[in-house]
Amino acid sequence: MRVLAGLRRAGLPYLLLLPALLLELLVHLVPMVIGIVMSFKDLTRLHIGDWGTAPWKALGNYRVTVDFDAPVGATLLHSFFVTCAFSVLTVGLCWLLGTTAAIFLQENFRGRGLLRAVFLTPYALPVYAAVITWAFMFQRDNGLVNHVLHDQLHLTDGRPFWLLGDHSFLALLVVSVWKTWPFAFLVVMAGLQNIPKDLYEAAALDGAGLVRQIRRITLPALRPINQVLVLVLFLWSFNDFNTPYVLFGKAAPEAADLLSLHIYQSSFVTWNFGTGSAMSVLLLLFLLVVTAGYLLATSRGRKHADG
Amino acid sequence: MASPTARTAGRRRSPTAPPRSFRWARRIFLTALTGFVLLPVYVMLSSSLKPLEDVSGTFRWLPGELTLRPYLDIWHTVPLARYFGNSLIVAGSATVCSVVIAVFAAYAVSRYRFRGKRIFTVTVLSTQMFPGILFLLPLFLIYVNIGNSTGVALYGSRGGLILTYLTFSLPFSIWMLTGYFASVPRELDEAAYVDGCGALGALFRVVVPAALPGIVAVAVYAFMTAWGEVLFASVMTNDTTRTLSVGLQGYATQNDVYWNQVMAASLVVSVPVVAGFLLLQRYLVAGLTTGAVK
Repeated sequence: MRVLAGLRRAGLPYLLLLPALLLELLVHLVPMVIGIVMSFKDLTRLHIGDWGTAPWKALGNYRVTVDFDAPVGATLLHSFFVTCAFSVLTVGLCWLLGTTAAIFLQENFRGRGLLRAVFLTPYALPVYAAVITWAFMFQRDNGLVNHVLHDQLHLTDGRPFWLLGDHSFLALLVVSVWKTWPFAFLVVMAGLQNIPKDLYEAAALDGAGLVRQIRRITLPALRPINQVLVLVLFLWSFNDFNTPYVLFGKAAPEAADLLSLHIYQSSFVTWNFGTGSAMSVLLLLFLLVVTAGYLLATSRGRKHADG
Repeated sequence: MASPTARTAGRRRSPTAPPRSFRWARRIFLTALTGFVLLPVYVMLSSSLKPLEDVSGTFRWLPGELTLRPYLDIWHTVPLARYFGNSLIVAGSATVCSVVIAVFAAYAVSRYRFRGKRIFTVTVLSTQMFPGILFLLPLFLIYVNIGNSTGVALYGSRGGLILTYLTFSLPFSIWMLTGYFASVPRELDEAAYVDGCGALGALFRVVVPAALPGIVAVAVYAFMTAWGEVLFASVMTNDTTRTLSVGLQGYATQNDVYWNQVMAASLVVSVPVVAGFLLLQRYLVAGLTTGAVK
């Protein structure tokens, strides 16, 4: 009996994990393996009903994907650079806005609770509802943006298109920052609560001003949180599909052609799943390398700071 | 949120009180940010009260004529009620399932040492960073193929969508709940064991009630994610199973976009989640704090 009970106890954690494991296997791991296999196959519309019968293509899809002189590779490379610029700017701006707002709201004052709720609203709004509203605001003839910039402030020559051409990158960035920065705010705010208050009081007694307190106490204390926050923000914006899809539809303008939408378009609009998969795998590899490098660099930096 | 009140009350007169310049910078920054944040909300609300001629012309800050018509028309222009129902079923089921599964998994991770624990947590967390598009293509093919070979319609069905949504929220839920459960003192479990409870008894009688705020926060997050998801909804649904995220595009016809109705519908689908989130955000913040310390 005792042996049986012991066995049951040893097996219990696995039993508790079983549903989660099965689901992870079913929806993440198996599709990932299949995705990798797909990237080696010539998977066009003909074989979608039974993908196993698609002919083997070895590295053919990858060759097409990274042939930067041909159209497929050239547009992919362009999309990659657009995504990099977009992600770096989004992460930077979101971090800056979130941290500044969190520091300003650290102290209690009248209306602080209300402001906090207001600032979190973009995060709570369903993405498509919020982005559709932005799409409306960016309309050339009946949108708020052109009304303010052109009719009221006379800043622009005529009424520019915001969702077409080169301006679209800016439009995409604004929307993305608007809906993502509250997450940075939320996380930094949570992090600020862990800093002991007497640190500030001691610093103030030693004559350290506000800027100095922020530089010497707040920012170092936030470092572990920032390490995770920046990575998460980067991965999110790098993989963002919702914003460009709702803002531009199935195909984004060249200047705002983010990778997720680019891959979606190359797969579902042209029905070439093989190259789409190859692009996805390359994207994953890139993210893995960047993440690993980032974690290595930041943990080493931390060790230096500690020692 | 209670502690800073006491602190600042004593601080206002102390030498650590923020200088005037700081308060001015704060005022200006926070006002500008509030404007930026609320601008779309204002546009949504004011445009939803305008007649169609008004939203089709040059933008105006104030409606020339107030009307509630868009709020009536949204239900006929597209089958909004059906989309609403679909979203409710899909997001609701995905939330309930992912919270239940995450409670078991998080309990195992927070309370037991076992072989493979590290691999499990690392795998679960890292799947979160993978691009959704990576899973979309294979899942689409798997669903289509299962449908063709066994007749089980996953593609286009609500069940298939629920299955995919489960896993978006699952890693986050497991991670958050592990942090929450770890903050529930083990002595409480042991007391339950002494009283004759088994492991599951301790989980449901002691740990779950103690971590209830965290579970609620995780549920809100899971619901929000599913309610707002666009990528899988746009590929994996058909006319009858379409969710709000895709259905809202129906207000754009070939000739015209009914912007007032789009805005009214956006507002209607936003109110439940925003209200729920704002009511429960305190728990989410607390969850992030416990989670982040780990």
